[in-house]
Amino acid sequence: MSDRIIGKVKRVNGPVIVASGVTDAIMLELVRVGEVKLVGEIIKLEEENAVIQVYEDTTGITPGENIYGSGMQLSVELGPGLISTIYDGIQRPLEEIHKISNQFIERGISMPALSRTAKWHFEPESLQPGSPLLPGTILGNVKETELIDHKILVPPDIEGTLVSLAAEGDYTVEEVIGLVKTAEGGEKSLHLMHRWPIRKARPVTRRLPLDIPLITGQRVIDTLFPVAKGGTVAIPGGFGTGKTMTQHAIAKWCDASLIVYIGCGERGNEMTDVLMEFPKLIDPRTDLPLIKRTVLIANTSNMPVSAREASIYTGVTLAEYYRDQGYHVAVMADSTSRWAEALRELSGRMEEMPAEEGFPAYLPTRIAEFYERAGNMEVLCGKTGSVTIIGAVSPPGGDFSEPVTQHTKRFVRCFWGLDRQLANARHYPAISWLESYSEYLDDIIPWWNQRVGAQWSADRKEIMELLQKEVRLQQVVKLVGPDALPDSQRFILEVCTLFKNAFLQQNAFDDIDRYAVAEKQMKMLELIVTYWRKGSQAIKSGVTLVKLKRMKVIPDIVKMKFTIPNDDLSQFDKLQLRLERSLDQLEQVYA
Amino acid sequence: MPSDSKVYRAEKKLLTGREYIGVNKIDGPLIFIKHTHPIGYRELIECIDRQGKPRLGMVLDTSEEIVVAQIFEGTSGMTMPDTRVRFMGESLKIGVTRDMLGRIFNGLGQPVDGGPEPDSEAEIDVNGKPINPTARAYPKDFIQTGISAIDGMNTLIRGQKLPIFSGNGLPHNELAAQIARQAKIKGAKTNFAVVFAAMGVKNDVARFFIRSFEESGVLSNVALFLSLADDPSIERIITPRTALTLAEHLAFEHDMHVLVILTDMSNYCESLREISTIRGEIPSRKGYPGYLYSDLAELYERSGMLKGFSGSITQIPILTMPNDDISHPIPDLSGYITEGQIVFEREMFARSIYPPVAGLPSLSRLMKDGIGEGMTREDHPHLASQLFAAYSYVKDVRNLASVIGEEELTPLDHQYLEFGDAFERKFVTQGQNEDRTIEQTLDLGWEMLSLLPPEELHRVTDEELEKYYGRNRI
Repeated sequence: MSDRIIGKVKRVNGPVIVASGVTDAIMLELVRVGEVKLVGEIIKLEEENAVIQVYEDTTGITPGENIYGSGMQLSVELGPGLISTIYDGIQRPLEEIHKISNQFIERGISMPALSRTAKWHFEPESLQPGSPLLPGTILGNVKETELIDHKILVPPDIEGTLVSLAAEGDYTVEEVIGLVKTAEGGEKSLHLMHRWPIRKARPVTRRLPLDIPLITGQRVIDTLFPVAKGGTVAIPGGFGTGKTMTQHAIAKWCDASLIVYIGCGERGNEMTDVLMEFPKLIDPRTDLPLIKRTVLIANTSNMPVSAREASIYTGVTLAEYYRDQGYHVAVMADSTSRWAEALRELSGRMEEMPAEEGFPAYLPTRIAEFYERAGNMEVLCGKTGSVTIIGAVSPPGGDFSEPVTQHTKRFVRCFWGLDRQLANARHYPAISWLESYSEYLDDIIPWWNQRVGAQWSADRKEIMELLQKEVRLQQVVKLVGPDALPDSQRFILEVCTLFKNAFLQQNAFDDIDRYAVAEKQMKMLELIVTYWRKGSQAIKSGVTLVKLKRMKVIPDIVKMKFTIPNDDLSQFDKLQLRLERSLDQLEQVYA
Repeated sequence: MPSDSKVYRAEKKLLTGREYIGVNKIDGPLIFIKHTHPIGYRELIECIDRQGKPRLGMVLDTSEEIVVAQIFEGTSGMTMPDTRVRFMGESLKIGVTRDMLGRIFNGLGQPVDGGPEPDSEAEIDVNGKPINPTARAYPKDFIQTGISAIDGMNTLIRGQKLPIFSGNGLPHNELAAQIARQAKIKGAKTNFAVVFAAMGVKNDVARFFIRSFEESGVLSNVALFLSLADDPSIERIITPRTALTLAEHLAFEHDMHVLVILTDMSNYCESLREISTIRGEIPSRKGYPGYLYSDLAELYERSGMLKGFSGSITQIPILTMPNDDISHPIPDLSGYITEGQIVFEREMFARSIYPPVAGLPSLSRLMKDGIGEGMTREDHPHLASQLFAAYSYVKDVRNLASVIGEEELTPLDHQYLEFGDAFERKFVTQGQNEDRTIEQTLDLGWEMLSLLPPEELHRVTDEELEKYYGRNRI
């Protein structure tokens, strides 16, 4: 880091510092403030003053102290060694910091994000000197974990012809592994690692349609409100409705190749929970611990507020980097409201004119910029990769009409509204089937119908209609009681209750039920839809509701989610057969 | 090469302690001083008024032209020309020692019980530092409070922050005192301390707690920090920080298990709003400052357990919801930070149910990892889930009954009503000195469930039904 002094502190107000005497600073430049060298970023330049947002506690900073410029924007280091690591909002490795400091995070600590001493085994591609290098060209491969082949790419801002490429061997991230001659005639060195500014989306070749679902293993999501790989989702919900639990469940079981989990302004213990649990949980697809495909960004609520603002950009940049290598990455941002509040706090300190509820007028723009970094892309190296963003929103008082929820809704295409009533009844995941929606449905129906079962979309539609009918019937029940309804309508209530208990509700702590593969979801759905179709036939032919409810197969259907594991789906066929036979028998008795 | 700012630092050191006579503006608890030497952000100041009485304060905004500071003891009686101001060159620190247990202090940590100032073992910055998430140990030790509504349904875990969301006139103080008296870890004898911080509460309330600690003989293990209703409101800003600084010292230097009771967080937030308004900051909801969430998080997150340390900090903040409104910014933001909440319900209180813990909105987030086999009992997780589900259905039935009348309900719904009543009257209700073991609580839970037909109990396993259902049928 250069020792270029770019100005002096003029005023300190919380995390916002005004500097004077600034002449050659760059907008969004990374700076160090004072002799304790706090990390900051220039966010406004005005005549010879600069406004700096500081990523650490500013206690003790005094007017007159120096500000040092770094000559570059706030960037992250991209290279092997990111996976399984926990970073803070500006990519400082928390475990390394813990080793050199004590249990608290001291100020002004500076640590490289990627270890400078670790050696990685690099296997070069067969590229001849003189061959043209375009941005994103794959130079070679590093086996980062058992799961991830880390492709070493030509950084997006370098182009030219290859001069030399290192032989296979062990290198640190800073050692030169290649030389490239640029069009201007200069030579640039290539390393296993490069830097990229967090606020700038990494370039891609083109966007691809979103037609493959991200299978999360959560039935209410995959079956009712599916998200596509490369899609965007908002999960809003008041406190205690299970935002974090839902995010954890998706991070654990979804079929993305890599997870970036951003704890933005949330509880310290939640991050500890992830840190303790992920190394122990085994990914069923690969039989390896989940931590081997996870990068964690932790900026808990008591850590400095401006680093919270930066954390989601840091996270999404890491995700884009792995996307550029051809991976499907899912980003969990928990919670984007805390990020929006950080924006509000900083905006207030800068005495900007507020818009709704004190939030700055540029809030919608920032939200849009963030979610637009998701997508299914053809990346520069020619492969396909995607970034799916799943953002939690914490609306004050659980009121979805507040600005952050409303603006987020404008820019996401999938909405999983969490419902207080469901959460109170401990119905988890508490995703409301009335308020939620998914715009990806039509795009991914072909995938389900071809891969899993041809009747999927029809079954799904039928059950969604039933759920809507149930709401209207419930209103009647609230006025006159259930006895006033005819059996045919009470059967609708019955099927919906069964669907909610046996299908929608999912126990995240049960070894079998915690995730369901697409085929299991399909079979379960089919069972319940069969019960509905044949059952309503039976009622028409005179079978009473009580007889239907007392069928011996019903309790087994209620418990099927706990009893039938993902790898033994043939049991569902037996159950299906039993159900059909019992229904036929009933009908014969009454016919 | 000595850089400019090093010279500056040396110069500042010389200037530390320099006295300025006269301030330029006094506005509420804030003072404004022009033309000083460079002053650090959050630096401690000492003001000496005309009578020679010293008051402490802290710098909130510093620039080359003007310094704004808040005075913890309030500004009443201060004059513009005669006030002498000294900048201390460091942030507010308090001396902490184990000997502070058994003593009473004001919000700044000065003794108010007539005793001498304790010899401090360390001087610590009251603002604390954020705990590195990788240094935390995940809390999972069950604390038995002896209260069924908590142990059975919203289990308290060592290192948790579990607030009580209450309303004016509800028995939150009684419950907090009962928890402090009865809390114990199953089968373990521990090094236990209570740190009590009162912010803007009435003298009577403080006396109630002192008496309660006295009667149960734990007063020698309690440190009290009192900033009562008639003390300057600004002192409340610093009170919880002082208390938590001592708690951290006891937990992580003396390996003690510290229970911190903070009451009443609503008063704390109001003081914060007062300062923010005087400073002319842009308000967010209901006039509270935009940084209320971060500020509360700074307090609440100072709890938990650390790897390699045997001590712990468990927090029970109490807050009275203005107008019993849980969506008010104070309970709302607290709920987003704390690990669950115990919510009081006025309607239950009116039916003389103690503790009036509302069944559905109350929640303990850390419960899942602290209960079950080896910790409480193997049936606990399913039992709690089943009780929640059944009680939630009771609420629906009661709504229905209020529209169509109880007679119109199905026989099953009548059974649910009976269950709901018994649940509130027998399971939740207990005496203020009644200390139930976890086994008693769980057996009582099964007794309640036995009022319902077994085929209604979807959330418990067949083996559990076999073992516990209808065992002590009434």
